[in-house]
Amino acid sequence: MHQTWQWLPAAEFSATLVAVMPEDVRTVVESVFRRESGKIIAGLIRRFGDFDIAEEAMQDAMLAALDHWATEGAPGNPAAWITTTAQRKAIDRLRRSRTRDEYQSAANHDAPAPLDEMESPSPFQDDRLPLIFTCCHPALGLDAQVVLTLRTLGGLTTPEIARAFLVPEATLAQRLVRAKRKIREAKIPYRVPSAEQLPERLEAALSVLYLIFNEGYSATAGDALVRRDLASEAIRLTRLLLELMPGQHDVAGLLALMLLQDSRRAARLDADGELVVLEGQDRDKWDHGQIAEALRLLEGLGRIVDPGPYLLQAAIAAEHARAAKAQKTDWSRIAILYGALQRIQPSPVIALNRAVAVAMAYGYEQGLALMDELRQAGELDHYHLYHAARADLLRRLGRKDEAAAAYRVALRLATNQAERRYLERRLSDVSG
Amino acid sequence: MRYMLLIYDAEAARAKATPEEQKATFEAWMAYSAELNEKGVKLAGEALMPTSMAKTARIRDGKTLATDGPFAETKEQLGGFYILNCKDLDEAVAWAAKAPNAPFGSVEVRPVMEFGD
Amino acid sequence: MRFMLIVYLDEEAETSKSDAERDEMFRRCFVHSAEWKRQGVMEAGEPLHPTSTSTTVRVRGGKTILTDGPFAETKEQLGGYYIVDCANEQDAVRLAAEAAEIHRNPFGAIEVRPILEFSAP
Repeated sequence: MHQTWQWLPAAEFSATLVAVMPEDVRTVVESVFRRESGKIIAGLIRRFGDFDIAEEAMQDAMLAALDHWATEGAPGNPAAWITTTAQRKAIDRLRRSRTRDEYQSAANHDAPAPLDEMESPSPFQDDRLPLIFTCCHPALGLDAQVVLTLRTLGGLTTPEIARAFLVPEATLAQRLVRAKRKIREAKIPYRVPSAEQLPERLEAALSVLYLIFNEGYSATAGDALVRRDLASEAIRLTRLLLELMPGQHDVAGLLALMLLQDSRRAARLDADGELVVLEGQDRDKWDHGQIAEALRLLEGLGRIVDPGPYLLQAAIAAEHARAAKAQKTDWSRIAILYGALQRIQPSPVIALNRAVAVAMAYGYEQGLALMDELRQAGELDHYHLYHAARADLLRRLGRKDEAAAAYRVALRLATNQAERRYLERRLSDVSG
Repeated sequence: MRYMLLIYDAEAARAKATPEEQKATFEAWMAYSAELNEKGVKLAGEALMPTSMAKTARIRDGKTLATDGPFAETKEQLGGFYILNCKDLDEAVAWAAKAPNAPFGSVEVRPVMEFGD
Repeated sequence: MRFMLIVYLDEEAETSKSDAERDEMFRRCFVHSAEWKRQGVMEAGEPLHPTSTSTTVRVRGGKTILTDGPFAETKEQLGGYYIVDCANEQDAVRLAAEAAEIHRNPFGAIEVRPILEFSAP
């Protein structure tokens, strides 16, 4: 029977150790964990070829660090200390729990260097790159990819992930066990995919990262603080991927897109926690550091002949970010970008967004006509944002009764509480 | 690492193929098998007769029941298999994607259980 | 005549077996396979890892699409196979029943399918 195992959540570290450990040791260990666990785990997985051994050894090393550093003080390079200790713990575990043959086949790399010969991990060789492709392997279910990525590379604990996704911890742990078993038994490799497979696999990895970001940015449920962590974790991992694969403009596009969306976080809700639409947001509250980074990224790419979907979405978000006031938005350019997006990724939702841009650039009537065409295609009838967008154009045209009717349909379909309150406010505006 | 590739496609569509199409399909499989042999990854492989020729044996309450027909009625049917020797799942998946039925049927890739693990 | 015996079994029943029961089952299978080989009826046979380790590959619109899991979700799952060589279909069905007896999977079934022989390419 395979043994399941979980990280001690950071909170448990605090609770059990505060009495016996000097505060600073616990803090150092926790911060090394947050910053370095992905890198250390990746190195252990490369070396021992097994997720469980790597995670267990990492856990052993963290506990050893708490123990030793309290009596002997923290070493100069805590990450290197933990890496080396974890490698030794992994070998100990292999020796103890397996037969000699298995030990030799698992550790078919050279023996670890003695402690004093170990150096900090080389900045040029990062074991996390292949690990991203293992965790985001499309032979695993999407749920499993997300959890594995967050826990292995992101250094989030199982309880934290469970809280963020409102999934029982046991369910999550089960998903992890199953995914790791498949990695082991079906031999999902730990390597950067071949040139032939790379485009599709990179696309898959990016979609996992964007899913994590969106869960954090616009989730319909879950603990707000933990969700904030998800968004920043997704940004951190995408930034890492871009560092590791600097030539990939889709990665740069996704990073820019996340930064631009995240830059509006503080302006999205008003003092009462109510949703504020883009047009009404206080642009001083936008994070201009994030915007500047995103715009630099996009400008640094130069001219891209075949922009991917993330790059096009980032370009759209950049148009909004560049406008000092909502009225200065270059809607005709946004309409063109949505048109390009629609060509490579046809979807009724993108068509709806294009219709909105056309309405803002060339007149509400034109936008409304496009929306009516879309409705005839039938796919958007159950989409609350379609009715909300249509209601908005009707309101701007002064067709109050029709606007009210459309807001009511949108309200019937919307489930997010903040969105519902926004729609209710709009409905009372036009019903007055 | 050994993987079994289970080849599924719709027998009904196969039955409707013209003689020219059947010939083309046959040649595509022969070429695929030849490539697998050439690259040294093929350990075994067989094509099966259609499910109309299948019999299924079950043991229930200590008695053997033999019935006509396949084990389960599915939209696509098992038409053959390969056993491949591959470095890892990515390599097995790459071969599966090259199988002549992959553009319209399905290829299931399953690791073979090795003993002594 | 060659046949493929396709072994379907209830994975849930297999995983709920104790380690000892499973070892005993594998041992029975080994002994039985050795006997079939001695008789010259068995050419090959393999047990597979469970369907949770399966990946289904399809190519659509030029893109390779992977799905976690087997080709179809069925009540019983494909768990292994034998290739046998015997006189006729009746013998093959008899061999299938014999194998089913050895596996002792409560909801198991073994499908017998003739192999399509080509003259060597």
